[in-house]
Amino acid sequence: MNRRTLLLAGAGGLAAPALVRAQGTGPIRIGLLAPLTGVVASGGREIVEGFQMYWESVGKRAGGREVETTVEDDASNPDTALQKARRLVEQANVHFLFGNLLANTGLAVANYVRNTGTPYFIPVIAADDLTQRSRIPNVVRVAGYSASQFSRPMADWAFKQGWRRVATVSQDYTFGHEQCGGFTQKFTELGGRVTQQFWHPLNTADFSPYLGQLANAGVDAVFAMETGADATRLIQQYNSFGLKRRIPLMGSMNATDQSVIRTMGTEAEGVVSVAHFAEGSTNPATQAFVAEYEKRHQKLPSLYGFSHYSGALWVAEALKKVEGRAEDRDALLKAVRETELAGSPLGETVRLDGYGNPVYTAYVRRVERNARGQLWNVPIATYPNVDQFWSYEAEAYMRQPSYSRSFQGVR
Amino acid sequence: MLGFQLLNGFTFAALLFVVASGFTLIFGLLRIVNLSHGALYLLGGYVALAVSGWTGQFAAGVLAAMAAVALAGLALDQGLLRFVRGYELRQVLLTVGVAFVLNDLALVVWGGDTFTVPTPEALTGATEVLGVFYPTFRLFVLAAGALVFMLLSLLIHRTRLGALIRAGVDDAEMVAATGIDIRRVFLGTFMLGSALAGLGGALGGAFLSLYPGADAEILVFSLAVVIIGGRGSLLGAALGALLIGLLNTFGQVWFPELAYFVVFGPMALLLAFRPFGLFGRPA
Repeated sequence: MNRRTLLLAGAGGLAAPALVRAQGTGPIRIGLLAPLTGVVASGGREIVEGFQMYWESVGKRAGGREVETTVEDDASNPDTALQKARRLVEQANVHFLFGNLLANTGLAVANYVRNTGTPYFIPVIAADDLTQRSRIPNVVRVAGYSASQFSRPMADWAFKQGWRRVATVSQDYTFGHEQCGGFTQKFTELGGRVTQQFWHPLNTADFSPYLGQLANAGVDAVFAMETGADATRLIQQYNSFGLKRRIPLMGSMNATDQSVIRTMGTEAEGVVSVAHFAEGSTNPATQAFVAEYEKRHQKLPSLYGFSHYSGALWVAEALKKVEGRAEDRDALLKAVRETELAGSPLGETVRLDGYGNPVYTAYVRRVERNARGQLWNVPIATYPNVDQFWSYEAEAYMRQPSYSRSFQGVR
Repeated sequence: MLGFQLLNGFTFAALLFVVASGFTLIFGLLRIVNLSHGALYLLGGYVALAVSGWTGQFAAGVLAAMAAVALAGLALDQGLLRFVRGYELRQVLLTVGVAFVLNDLALVVWGGDTFTVPTPEALTGATEVLGVFYPTFRLFVLAAGALVFMLLSLLIHRTRLGALIRAGVDDAEMVAATGIDIRRVFLGTFMLGSALAGLGGALGGAFLSLYPGADAEILVFSLAVVIIGGRGSLLGAALGALLIGLLNTFGQVWFPELAYFVVFGPMALLLAFRPFGLFGRPA
């Protein structure tokens, strides 16, 4: 089931991609890696949808050249991701790689391109250190975010609500450690206390044991870092055990993402999270994008679709600057780093910090029902200029250890 | 607090039992390690989702799931497994293949989003038991698990079909030699086991939700239940489900970092001393 390969050729049709390899001629070849099968298949599908939606909207051209995208299925598996990345670089001769969803698949590909020098753009791979302590020059988080970036404003907002004791519940892997680390460090420095941290394995079927303990933890609020089906289950069971009425629930940005809440009901209403994108924002640029996306795909965009749309837009802008010379990796990467993206669905100009991670306005969002009865995230508070270090000085911050289960930024 | 966590363990065990009872029936009688059992569970969940969404009736969804998955079992047994009867390895590989195909089909039809089977109004909310408020639907699953156990016990121990199944578990060839059409018993058991997977899917779809990969998770748990309980033993499946359910709950409470080890460590230990499980006998 891992063998599914889709070749989505550009306007030039299904011409053999490797025939023309002279400098600056023929189409720009992009390799898009997405999990079309495996545990995060729905997110993978949205990656492809968002990415293709951009290219189709500009007639599959950038910098005066045709753009040809080859989509490969990473099967939510790092070994497959590596093998497919190899195939794209060594056989399909793509000019650069895009995509992946799960951190372990992204890290596998990042380690591979470290040696080949192939530019690799990661709108969804959030592992902090890819743009911090172990940066790779040719890996850029266009239109992406680092894991702990938005959980710091979340902590600040929580403290402003008067909450002083918070428990976290999180999937037990790097993405969770980093999001909770950002939250815990900030919240503790402000003077709050993170009294308990529950780490559970990915794909926990039954949250009831944790919920029982949370109910008696005597906390003012709970911060839940969950993705995919775990997010659905946690929010649902949090409600069915009656906790929702008693203890406010904050989620990580992915816990209330469209990919989670679009199949849910009242149990998700009122959950609060922080992200740079809020599909329920009144910003005209955002609403235009949301409407267009819904027209094409009959659903509201998730972070996956949005991030890959914006990522494609970002690189297209850079390609324009280098006049389509995708072969000149250094020039392309330099242009990508210097691009200040004005036309993104966020309706604000976005730029990268000095380490290859974007700076955003962060929105505190609450899940609400829109006029048509769909659940979506509506901004209720704003934090301007949130980068991956936020209130910390970058070099000083990077001298502290990476977040892990045992290091949550509290000494 | 203890009562609360016990309820958590029991309700999870009840769901595991429903799924694993079907698995152990098929494993015990037909000697087929049906690795598509998880996929049948997921299929049942999706059918329940579709039908209860359509009709607005949870009960209709449950019945449709059982019927649809029983039919899928019929097709699987008569359409595929018939050709590899007696070759254990080929049967196992075939069921793995079927699981992949079913999962990909589900991905195409329902997409990869996480869905929850809607439950009727009467079963949402909480009920007070043992001094704690507890989700009504989970209590319903507990009751359903107990009911399935009683009905299956009656079937196995009080009916002619049950006698044939028990005899078949011990020695299928001897049953056939007495002039009984063991094939039909096989088929009936396979469909019953599948229907139980469908029932599990409908119940599990409402409290664990449905998504690609849910099949593998439940399959691993039911394998553990059946291995602990012993091949073909209903009582074994019930005790195995209780053990796994409680270990899973208390493991998460006491040793959250070792959640999986707490479940599967004792299983490995048990197998070291009782290789055929609690109630299993060598084939």
